[in-house]
Amino acid sequence: MKRIVYREWRIPAARYWGILGILAAVVGLGGLAALYLEHGGHWVTGMSNSVVWGVPHVFAVFLILAASGAINVASIGTVFNKDAYLPMGRLSGLLAVALLIGGLLILVLDLGRPDRLLVAMTHYNFRSIFAWNIYLYTGFIVLVIAYLWSMADRMGAPFKHPVGVLAFVWRLLLTTATGSIFGFLVARQAFDTAFLAPMFVIMSFAYGLAIFLLVLMFSCAQDARPIGDLLLQRLKNLLGVFVAAVLYFTLVYYLTKLYGAKNYDLVGWVLLRGGIYSFTAWVGWVLLGTLVPLGIIWHPVLGRDRRWIVAACALVILGGFAALYVILIGSQVYPLQIFPGHTVVASGVVDGLRAGVARYHPSFPEVLLGLGGVAVALVITAVGVRVLQFLPESLADPEESAPVGPGALKRFSIDEAAAG
Amino acid sequence: MKHPPEGIDQGRRALLGVAVGVTTAVVAPGLVLHAAALPSGASAGAQGTGPVTDSVRWGLLIDTSKCVEGCRACVDACDRENGLDLQTRPAGQSARAWADQKAVWVRKVKLADDLTGRVTNLPLMCQHCEHPPCVDVCPTGASFKRADGIVLVDRHTCIGCRYCMMACPYQARSFIHEVMHDQLSRVPRGKGCVESCNLCVSRRDHGAPSTACADACAEAGHHAIVFGDLKDPQSAISQALKGLPNRQLREDLALNTGVRYAGV
Repeated sequence: MKRIVYREWRIPAARYWGILGILAAVVGLGGLAALYLEHGGHWVTGMSNSVVWGVPHVFAVFLILAASGAINVASIGTVFNKDAYLPMGRLSGLLAVALLIGGLLILVLDLGRPDRLLVAMTHYNFRSIFAWNIYLYTGFIVLVIAYLWSMADRMGAPFKHPVGVLAFVWRLLLTTATGSIFGFLVARQAFDTAFLAPMFVIMSFAYGLAIFLLVLMFSCAQDARPIGDLLLQRLKNLLGVFVAAVLYFTLVYYLTKLYGAKNYDLVGWVLLRGGIYSFTAWVGWVLLGTLVPLGIIWHPVLGRDRRWIVAACALVILGGFAALYVILIGSQVYPLQIFPGHTVVASGVVDGLRAGVARYHPSFPEVLLGLGGVAVALVITAVGVRVLQFLPESLADPEESAPVGPGALKRFSIDEAAAG
Repeated sequence: MKHPPEGIDQGRRALLGVAVGVTTAVVAPGLVLHAAALPSGASAGAQGTGPVTDSVRWGLLIDTSKCVEGCRACVDACDRENGLDLQTRPAGQSARAWADQKAVWVRKVKLADDLTGRVTNLPLMCQHCEHPPCVDVCPTGASFKRADGIVLVDRHTCIGCRYCMMACPYQARSFIHEVMHDQLSRVPRGKGCVESCNLCVSRRDHGAPSTACADACAEAGHHAIVFGDLKDPQSAISQALKGLPNRQLREDLALNTGVRYAGV
């Protein structure tokens, strides 16, 4: 196998600082939103006593899932011995840590008492899956940093495989635990199923790879580093498999729910009568987030055009947000079933107990806090590839296996890449 | 070989003396005040002031046939008892948002049977489960169950994650969304923490016989709420539970709630 040469990102300083400046501005806005929330309290959000987890949690869970999925590329190389994926292992690890930090920051800053972080780190109730997660998240960061060391340092090379296996098992545990946060909630009809754990695992595969692909293509295009057609085709085909698997799990999730007669109304509401939630489920999650990207990925012409691959990745990410919006918020908006066979005519206060569903309108600070977390992840990634050797000089296909003729992927020219 | 004794450092002695004096002056008044703050009958064995034990389990029985539509006596009494009536809507917040966000410990629910149309009224609050899901999921242990069955939130360790609210099958918990201006010293409340019905725990700890909601319901002449020790077969609540068909809400979850309902 040819030697892989890693180099720092060598884009012009002005462009680098420009990118960093834009991201820092978003981080700053997110920070201001967090301060605003902390200072005045959560009354400035759309969250209520019925919908207690809002848009910040959608962002946070999405980033945590994506972090776990981003490490998959490294795992495929070192754990499953696919040489073509080896050069991308370092970027995969960096992105995984960056996304997790971004997600966790949102979660911490959305706490009612973020100043009590020390309490969260010193008081543990091990019956709580949340307490397990604190260890799983911090352990994942430590493990991936060790994994990066084993990939980057000669002394660490002998540990690359065992640490890689451990990181792979850990990410599975981590996402299982993230899914279980919801799956353990027996009180809420839409949750209350262990099926959410594997569903979150497969979602993480798709969202993590979509983000990885976008970051990889952007970073390489900016620095005029080639990505081979064959490699890109492999990655986007893998994304197609993951997205299709998410669709399968989505289908089985709702069929599982329908198996219990008590959930007919819930599924009917989410899929048909839920207004914005039904719309988000069908248009955002299924159509734009699943079917359209699948159509692009497996289209004989579009699937070979890099711009369309970028579009497919962006749509998968959009679909991920839509899916989590429906799963997290729709499930809280739907009223709790405390009195089966009865209709709640009045409950003294306006909330999820009344005959209808609860209200939730995300506020601007909530959205800014979420975007701030995304920007933090991208800042860490940008600084990482700039100052350390995370990115290989070339991801070009080996000469003998490069596709030729009309089947080859349509390439960006360097000028085109720099422009967009 | 013996070393000659060194001279005594009088400066260090003086400094230690001053430190002891200052510490005593700062700490002693606190100890005296703390002792003074304790109720006079705080000796072991005095009613309601000894250690909390599992020899009792506090609970409520709600007879919905006596719960009158339009009556809010229990809700208002709870608000007064726990300082919830001191809540103020933050400037600039809509009335609609305030209704969704303000703390409510007891809510008056009106139900209609889907088949028969029969209307039932009842107060709904924390059900003080034997196996509370909120306690299971709380990452820091801030949600806890006392030995006497009362489910509480420790405001010092609550980080405001709201996972307990996600886990509660009765939507009985409230999150303090806004800055607190007024509160009662016996019911500490604070922005960013979760709270819920505490079965008037300060009354329990001072040996009072009932809860604010049960008293108010009796004063209003309805007697729909009975409070008492579920473990004492002679208590009014145990006697009433024996004679009145009753059930737990969400019995399917097997939480063995401390609050029981008759007529639902």
